[in-house]
Amino acid sequence: MNMAAATAVEDNPLIYLPHHKFYSDDKLRRILSSVRTFAMVGASTNWKRPSFYAMKYLTQKGYRVIPVNPSRAGEEILGEKVYATVGDVPFDLDMVDIFRTSEEALEITKDVIANKDAKNIKVLWMQLTVRHDPAAELAEAAGLEVVMDRCPKIEYGRLSGELSWCGINSGIISNKSLKPPR
Amino acid sequence: MSSTPIDKVVSNIPGGEETPHEYGIETLAVHAGARPDPVTGARSTPIFQTTSFVFNDADHAASLFNLQTFGYVYSRMTNPTVAVFEERVAALEGGRGAVACASGHAAQFLVAVTLMQSGDEFISSRNLYGGSITQFGISFPKLGWKCHFVDPTDPENFRKAMTDKVKFIFLEGLANPGGIIVDLEKVAAIAHEFGIPLVVDNTLASPYLCRPFDWGADLVVHSTTKFIGGHGNTMGGVVIESGKFDWRQNDKFPAMSEPEPAYHGLIFAETFGDFGFTMKVRTVALRDYGPTLNPTAAWNMLQGVETLPLRMERHCSNALAAAEWLQKHPKVSWVSYSGLKDSPYYELAQKYVPKGAGAVFTFGIKGGFEAGIKFVDSVNMFSHLANIGDTRSLILHPSSTTHRQLTEEQQMAAGAGPDVVRLSVGIETIDDIIADLEQALDQV
Repeated sequence: MNMAAATAVEDNPLIYLPHHKFYSDDKLRRILSSVRTFAMVGASTNWKRPSFYAMKYLTQKGYRVIPVNPSRAGEEILGEKVYATVGDVPFDLDMVDIFRTSEEALEITKDVIANKDAKNIKVLWMQLTVRHDPAAELAEAAGLEVVMDRCPKIEYGRLSGELSWCGINSGIISNKSLKPPR
Repeated sequence: MSSTPIDKVVSNIPGGEETPHEYGIETLAVHAGARPDPVTGARSTPIFQTTSFVFNDADHAASLFNLQTFGYVYSRMTNPTVAVFEERVAALEGGRGAVACASGHAAQFLVAVTLMQSGDEFISSRNLYGGSITQFGISFPKLGWKCHFVDPTDPENFRKAMTDKVKFIFLEGLANPGGIIVDLEKVAAIAHEFGIPLVVDNTLASPYLCRPFDWGADLVVHSTTKFIGGHGNTMGGVVIESGKFDWRQNDKFPAMSEPEPAYHGLIFAETFGDFGFTMKVRTVALRDYGPTLNPTAAWNMLQGVETLPLRMERHCSNALAAAEWLQKHPKVSWVSYSGLKDSPYYELAQKYVPKGAGAVFTFGIKGGFEAGIKFVDSVNMFSHLANIGDTRSLILHPSSTTHRQLTEEQQMAAGAGPDVVRLSVGIETIDDIIADLEQALDQV
């Protein structure tokens, strides 16, 4: 069982796509195995923020995480230069992770779609609690694979078994030991 | 990377392409949380009898202490054997995460100390295990926590006791010493109306008979010493979080919604989201107060919990047969078991514990206090001791033992008056259970 999304579904006009109710472990593992470099829109310079936690963890797991934050452009987070927009990143990105509110997700998605071919972007990921189905529809129509309302750190930890180390229910029943999605 | 549409992705989980496969509780009892050891391939969970775990390097150590990465540091907080047990119980309850601890009392303390500051209050059902009444009524006030005890059989009593300092409602759904079932769904609605969580002690029902999260509970605690461990050999407790309570809906829970000074101002509800409470209990309450479950105890619990569904089936069928037999005995004045059709709680039992009303119940023996003592001294197979949820049949006279510190008024309110005998019916042959009750009643 994939863990239930934290977002309330009732009466939310941004939540209606049935194929985003559940993501199989295979799909999440495939994405997290294929992605090497991704942009984190909303990365924070404050080390106590959740986005910093996620960036630090995923960097330690071998991902290159490029921080995108217009108010911090030109600064550095964990040794990586901060860019103002996805379009400003001067190299290819496998994925963009939206670490902003659901309301902001549509505009960021449009920017990702505009840069999809130039930067070879294949996956649009929206953080836990971030869900915007109209944006997802646009992204999917443009050929992007979309994950919403999930945290790549938590999913990496869940699939690799590390989340289970602190008593969290992974939902994974398996006759094999869990391996990191690399 | 392929851009396979999601509806063509075949899940590795049986039965599911677009929807998750829901494993049955018997499967979860055997498998949840336990995968083969990645180094040795050991299929049974190893006992990691170690206090500490080495750091890869200084940066790894710093990340662990800042809670930026997952990993083991010190077995007071986390241990690989204990973690398997925690995930197992979280899965059985349908919860998001769990923290195991030294006993059921420790579990209750960890919840209370995480939700309350000195000066705060909570409301509890008065129909609790006697030790819990003492913990809440005598020991907790020393820490500045006030408990309002209410009669849980009318859910509105919880509303009537509400104050703006109340931080949670506590109850046993299937209550000890027996016979009473509280309307979980109604009490959960009242708790949520006031923006506070419902905490359910699910020890007597076990997740096999009832999953309180399905009825709106937000936190579940167990004395895993009882049915989950199941064999009367190991003490343990657990706190389980549903992951559905919004700790930031009001300002009642600063431990969850405000910066934590012990972790440089981390906000647990924000950083850890739907398992923030589990992380808070573990990394602050368990770390600082220290009622840890040891790895060998966790292993005993894992061994026990694998057969929870099988044992509960037999416990329930034996208990029902014993209750029906006692009901007809001339020396028995009443039997309080919600599985009996004439129980006032039969309807609630059909809703909340449809697979069986548990193993524990009480009955009244004619002749009162003296007859109760004579009866418990006369059994041959039933063990006279202060525990429940063992494979063995157990017997207790609460007013002379577990509830003797209470006043007679409190004893009556808790369903533990002088004529009350409590049984925890085991999984032995039912004819032998009834034969033992019969010969002991003959001697009264």
